[in-house]
Amino acid sequence: MPVVLLTDAFFFALIALTALYAFYVSRRPHLQAAWRKLARDRSAMVSLTVIAFYFAVALLDSLHFRPLIETAETAQGGEAVYSNEVVSVFDRLVSPLGERFEKTYSAPLAVRGYVKEMVEEDGVRRHIYPRLQYGGAALAEPDLAAADIARRAAVWGLAGLLACAALLALVCAVVAGPRRAPAAMRAVVRNATGGLPLRAVAVTIALIVVAVFITAGIGREYHLLGTDKIGGDVLYQALKSVRTGFLIGTLTTLIMLPFALALGVCAGYFLGWVDDVIQYLYTTLNSIPGVLLVAAMVLMLQLYMDQHGDRFNDLVTRADTRLLFLCAILGITSWTGLCRLLRAETLKVREMDYIDAARALGVARPLILLRHVLPNVMHIVVITVALDFSGLVLAEAVLSYVNIGVDPAMHSWGNMINSARLEMAREPAVWWPLLAAMVFLFGLVLCANLFADGVRNAFDPRSEWNRS
Amino acid sequence: MIAYIVRRALYALPILVGVNVLTFSLFFIVNSPDDIARMQLGDRHITQQQVDAWKRERGYDRPLFYNAAAAGAARLSDTIFFDESLRLFVFEFGRSDSGRDIGHDIRQRMWPSLAIAVPTLLIGILVNITFALIMVFFRATYVDFWSVMLCIVLMSVSGLFYIIGGQYAVGKLLKLVPISGYYGGWSAFRFVLLPVVIGVVSGIGAGSRWYRTIFLEEAGKDYVRTARARGVGEFTVLFRHILPNALIPILTGVVVILPLLFMGSLIIESFFGIPGLGSYTIDAIARQDFSIVRSMVFLGSVLYIAGLLLTDISYTFVDPRVRLG
Repeated sequence: MPVVLLTDAFFFALIALTALYAFYVSRRPHLQAAWRKLARDRSAMVSLTVIAFYFAVALLDSLHFRPLIETAETAQGGEAVYSNEVVSVFDRLVSPLGERFEKTYSAPLAVRGYVKEMVEEDGVRRHIYPRLQYGGAALAEPDLAAADIARRAAVWGLAGLLACAALLALVCAVVAGPRRAPAAMRAVVRNATGGLPLRAVAVTIALIVVAVFITAGIGREYHLLGTDKIGGDVLYQALKSVRTGFLIGTLTTLIMLPFALALGVCAGYFLGWVDDVIQYLYTTLNSIPGVLLVAAMVLMLQLYMDQHGDRFNDLVTRADTRLLFLCAILGITSWTGLCRLLRAETLKVREMDYIDAARALGVARPLILLRHVLPNVMHIVVITVALDFSGLVLAEAVLSYVNIGVDPAMHSWGNMINSARLEMAREPAVWWPLLAAMVFLFGLVLCANLFADGVRNAFDPRSEWNRS
Repeated sequence: MIAYIVRRALYALPILVGVNVLTFSLFFIVNSPDDIARMQLGDRHITQQQVDAWKRERGYDRPLFYNAAAAGAARLSDTIFFDESLRLFVFEFGRSDSGRDIGHDIRQRMWPSLAIAVPTLLIGILVNITFALIMVFFRATYVDFWSVMLCIVLMSVSGLFYIIGGQYAVGKLLKLVPISGYYGGWSAFRFVLLPVVIGVVSGIGAGSRWYRTIFLEEAGKDYVRTARARGVGEFTVLFRHILPNALIPILTGVVVILPLLFMGSLIIESFFGIPGLGSYTIDAIARQDFSIVRSMVFLGSVLYIAGLLLTDISYTFVDPRVRLG
């Protein structure tokens, strides 16, 4: 039975809106110039490919459902019984990953535990590192683990490469037609694709696919990134955190966008008292240090949710509501910057001749705003959205560390890093959860930053002059 | 000049009133004093009497805005809003929910915060300007390109990683400096060193990239071209022409955050156990001590507005074209 959580609904709305904007742009050639320029930027396109991978994980993890419980009744055609637990399509795809729990910490790819235990072997009690329940359990002899892992990596890596080649052939056949597919493939390999960095994108996709294949091959039998305190797979947690990070980065923008757009454009277009009020509003909000405002609001939210516990009794709903409110709170603190930029840009646009012409022709004010002003300030929105994304993802980690971030029960990089503080103090240090969270976080933020750079170069009229 | 400052200060008043009303409504209207009392007392099975006693102790049992029971001016002044919010304007912070004097705490904790924040800022600016100058000197070459890439990579690493990694590598593995703690006087140096270094390192990426943009903007201007046409060497152009002019936006950008240095850094202070205002705020958040959080929010916005005012004044000093009237 499908379940749509609140954040899921917002996420789908965001995707629909993006698709709508893409459709709008695709029918207006003058808006396409900047996107064309972006499409020729190699580092931006490679980053976009990686972001798309993160996005795919986030999307799959947003398709929630309650699994059917197999009972004797349902088998005989009785009423279907659904589990109380909400799982996502992603959980099912990586199926054994989230369900295998060791006793406690274990290092990446380990076959033995991290803590010594008393184990009885052949009637003798010994203090040793015990074998893991799942990691490398199929091996008869634990010393063979390295060879087994290498063999798996090689076999699955090769399978991944073959899959890539098949994928490339398929895409070329679909795009260029079956008969011209070999020529199209050659063009991609030689990078003779009319300035579009298709070869770089293809190589990135290939690397991702091979990495996924190898991860899948090894992850089935071992804990690729080790396990955490309660024995959960760290790789699984890092992957589940993708959704949280991605949602914080995008939903915040989605929630604040209507306010920033409406207020910024109105302030810049109408001037007078409207401008004064809106300026006062964002100056006031802006003068409160961001972290403190977020802290104050989250504290209040926490207290509210504690007092009205009956409305948030479900663990999943609770975590989900908190995530949504966190996005809204971050939106409240971050719309001011965009609003100011939009106001300034509208001030410029309203003096343009085409606005005068529209006014002279007697076009109604709302229509002028909607059809003439709004499309011409959209580049500011695109740049800001791209630039804000990485900052928001990083902010989540910091906020979770201060305990004013997402629900502690939710998978997030911030929560992983937070628990890593104590783990690093252990002897020997438990470094893998921290490293896993950092690597995944770094990958997303780096790509977002590179992509934002490309977006700014393509959309900002000042950028060419800036690069001198 | 003085007239200008007075006028700007008056402009700031409505904003501070706005901040005040906003925080007040956040802390007292979203959740009633009853809710706060229940949470502070902790137990779920507390009686209404206990809640009332807690509220009376702190004066939260009065009405929010208008006290109909009182007479004369006390109708407005004998309320929570008057006591808790308006008193902030004269920097009377009152007592925290646990009963300590907030003003006293702030005065004491401000010094460790400054001991971290001021060196971090100064060294940070020096380091960032140096890197930015190197990038501008090698502009449009591979050195420049890869330096910008490096900046983006440095920017993309979470600040938490610098702190945890630095603490682990320097404090635990190499055992050069204590991992955390603080002690007044000259011995503070040992405790301050690592936080400052980490603060500087984590700021290099964003900082030097920003300064590079400012330098490049100056480098594209006409007077620079004229200087080159006169046959001035690249080095002299960089240090005699570009640097002084680029310092104007850099300086004003720094002046904005000067007052906020008092607030300290939330994360670094709490990681290193520095008893400054940043860790004070974090502790208050963790203990859910709303009085402290409210005071810090107000203090923060006052300092921010002071920073804006200082920025405008500093323009007159560094840029002779600007006159305040």
